Amino acid sequence: MKITKTLNGKKLNVALEGRMDTNTAPELEAALKEHMNEIEELNIDMTELEYLSSAGLRVLLGAQKAMNKKGKMTVANVNDTIMEIFEVTGFSDILTIV
Amino acid sequence: MRELTVKAVVENIQTVTEFVDEQLEMLDCPMRAQMQIDVAIDELFSNIAYYAYHPEVGVATVRVEVVEEPLAVIITFIDNGAPYDPLASADPDISLSADERQIGGLGIYMVKKSMDEISYEYQKGQNILRIKKHITE
Repeated sequence: MKITKTLNGKKLNVALEGRMDTNTAPELEAALKEHMNEIEELNIDMTELEYLSSAGLRVLLGAQKAMNKKGKMTVANVNDTIMEIFEVTGFSDILTIV
Repeated sequence: MRELTVKAVVENIQTVTEFVDEQLEMLDCPMRAQMQIDVAIDELFSNIAYYAYHPEVGVATVRVEVVEEPLAVIITFIDNGAPYDPLASADPDISLSADERQIGGLGIYMVKKSMDEISYEYQKGQNILRIKKHITE
């Protein structure tokens, strides 16, 4: 999975490309951890993300919990496969999908 | 029928995925079904890698069979580790808020929802988990 981070003041945009699974989800977790203390807004752009497994959901849930305490988080440009995963797992109610 | 036996470690998830995808591509499997199968492989093989032989390392076999009318693949995951029926756990409560959420059980729940059939048996010292997915449009 390729992760492209753009930090703009207290706003972090993270674009994901490829597959977020057992082996790659920890990469996103590590990338977010670097900035968690300083940011108030997080946007995760999934334009180029093919799919995610529960390992990816775990990282998204952790990020959402952290951002609930200090600002906001959005998830953008979700494809049909990923949207179906969010709906089946109830994540469509937890995340702010734009 | 084709099968692959590899060390049950998470580093081999990609090897298993490529092995299965290669066969799905020969069948002109729709992309959506292929991605659902790939997610299922990630969930099921990582479970074996994490828990079946812990703290030892063992092997797992992944078998792919094709059935027709309607066209479907049956993928069987076999390990010789501790008996574990992933279908025995209750489904997670997916109505809870982010702060109340636990992540446990979501993976197998996703597999249950995206596959057409899923079954488990423990036989002769082996965990045998089988998924079936129709791959017609």
